[in-house]
Amino acid sequence: MGLREFVIRRLVQLVFTFWAFFTILFVLFRMVPGDPTSMFLLDGMTAEQREQRIAELGLDQPLHIQYINYIEQLLTGDFGQSFIYREPVIDIIVVRFMNTIVLMGTALVIAYLIGVTFGALMGWWRGSRFERGGIVVTLVARSSPEFWVGIVLLSVFVFWLGWFPSSGMRATGGDLGGGFLQRYGSLDFLRHLFLPALTGAIVYLATPTLLMRSTMLDVLKADFIEIKKAEGLPERTVLYKHAARNSVLPLVTVMAIATGAAMGGSVVIETVFNWPGMGREMVRSVNNNDYPVAMAAFFLMGSVVIIMNFVADLAYVYLDPRVEYE
Amino acid sequence: MSTQTPSRAERLADGLERRFDRFRDGLSVFKGDRLGQIGVGLLVMFVFVGIFARPTTIEFLNITIPGIAPHDPTERAVGGRLESPSAAHPLGTTDRGRDVFSQLLVGTRVTLLVGSLAAFMAVFIGTNVGLISAYFGGWVDDLLMRITDIVYAVPFLPFAIVLVAIIGSSIVNIIAAIVLILWRSTARVIRAQVLSHKNRPYVESAEAIGASDVRIMYRHILPNVLPLAFLYAAFAVGWAVIAEASLSFLGFGDPNMLSWGEMIFSVYNADAVRVAWWWVFPPGIAITLFVMSVFFVGRTLEKVVNPELRHKE
Repeated sequence: MGLREFVIRRLVQLVFTFWAFFTILFVLFRMVPGDPTSMFLLDGMTAEQREQRIAELGLDQPLHIQYINYIEQLLTGDFGQSFIYREPVIDIIVVRFMNTIVLMGTALVIAYLIGVTFGALMGWWRGSRFERGGIVVTLVARSSPEFWVGIVLLSVFVFWLGWFPSSGMRATGGDLGGGFLQRYGSLDFLRHLFLPALTGAIVYLATPTLLMRSTMLDVLKADFIEIKKAEGLPERTVLYKHAARNSVLPLVTVMAIATGAAMGGSVVIETVFNWPGMGREMVRSVNNNDYPVAMAAFFLMGSVVIIMNFVADLAYVYLDPRVEYE
Repeated sequence: MSTQTPSRAERLADGLERRFDRFRDGLSVFKGDRLGQIGVGLLVMFVFVGIFARPTTIEFLNITIPGIAPHDPTERAVGGRLESPSAAHPLGTTDRGRDVFSQLLVGTRVTLLVGSLAAFMAVFIGTNVGLISAYFGGWVDDLLMRITDIVYAVPFLPFAIVLVAIIGSSIVNIIAAIVLILWRSTARVIRAQVLSHKNRPYVESAEAIGASDVRIMYRHILPNVLPLAFLYAAFAVGWAVIAEASLSFLGFGDPNMLSWGEMIFSVYNADAVRVAWWWVFPPGIAITLFVMSVFFVGRTLEKVVNPELRHKE
């Protein structure tokens, strides 16, 4: 099977996965306690208004029609109205989604940069005290739930040292509007970003570090490393140019898994630091029975994971010429 | 007669001995592995604390073993509000005058319960899915692996939050939500492992003497992939505990059961993180220590699965 065929097959699989995910969402949110229509109704409606609303939403239709309508709505980005904010869900969620992507994206990039370097060095200096210590540190970081790391950082850097603001995304009275750069480029924003991003980075650091170390150990056993050393290349060159570069590949596949973890982590980290993102919105909406918002948030998180899985698969075959398309 | 054909009892003893040898061989990896030993030691301590945290009565012996926890963890005003640690309250008190130390000890129970049950069920499902998928191949494999792919697309914590919010936040539902996602990694790994075993001579010879599919799968292949399943069980315990703690921290924990995550949720909601370090740090450290010890044990088990690792360090 050629590359082209592989991509097409993978695309079909992508569509299938999305369909299955839609179905899970449909079933999950039809299980909401009480009348299935209650999630689309506002309090204080007369019986007539209720009927009318139900008809408007198509909830008087048979289930399979509802299912088709539901998928149509998701595909067109129509998530309904929020009960709490009384405005379209899409308007609320898009901004929050961006805030989450900026936060968790930063966390993942830091985690990978540090993880790859650290892991490569651990593999290089294997058996050293540095390696043993490094393993313990990474395992401890991985054993800590995100909220716990967040609270420790909060206690030390905010409550004790007072270096950073404790919560939110900008100082009170800060400008809410503006373009992308104005929103995310200001010094004030970066100060707010630092601790939550660091929290994520610490927790997600372990996977790339440990993986990088173990692939390094494999690569270092290969003959070409010995040859390069015998050629008299400086150690640094062998490490960075030959050993580390050949160890990076497996990291591509775990990137998708890391993204999934980061989506879940956003829920917790944003709650700790009061970050106005999708995760915090999800907790809030579930607590307030604002199910349309919860569903939209869940939908977006799942979509990010599915797409990242797809990208990781493609990147892998693109980067590794030895891969056979099974 | 007994010289040629060993009696049933002898064969049984022989089998037991071999099994014991294998077990001892498995345990030998802990020798000289400091982290693994620390992990096992900590786990034993947690289990002990979890079992004896509250007074236990053994009915038929008619004795009551006093609990380790000095107070009822939910009893209000056993001390003043937000008292810092003292002799009477080694870890101080909460905003409602409850004893933090007692809460910490009793909270071990939820962790143990969720960790062991969720991990066992997740690995049980995952191992079976992987085994069946790889052994039968064809459409069975396709179907099961597509299902696994789909579960991989579902973000863990958000799914658990939504499910628990919809069906209610009892401990059973929390475990169910965790299991529904957690089996996926075991299924993939076990499948890959079984695939590599499927065409080995021992399976072929079992087929040749007419062993049934079920027998080959569970009698011949399973014991060979079981160490890997144990390894994944160790990791699953860690993830399950972190998931439960996160859910509880977000306020979706079982309201009738005290857990470490819930303790931190209370500190956070009482706005006491800034003042009551004695209330917020112990449960967090406990979670980290517990998960850490499980990962340490997992790392040691990895050497049973992959003997090459024994020489790496």
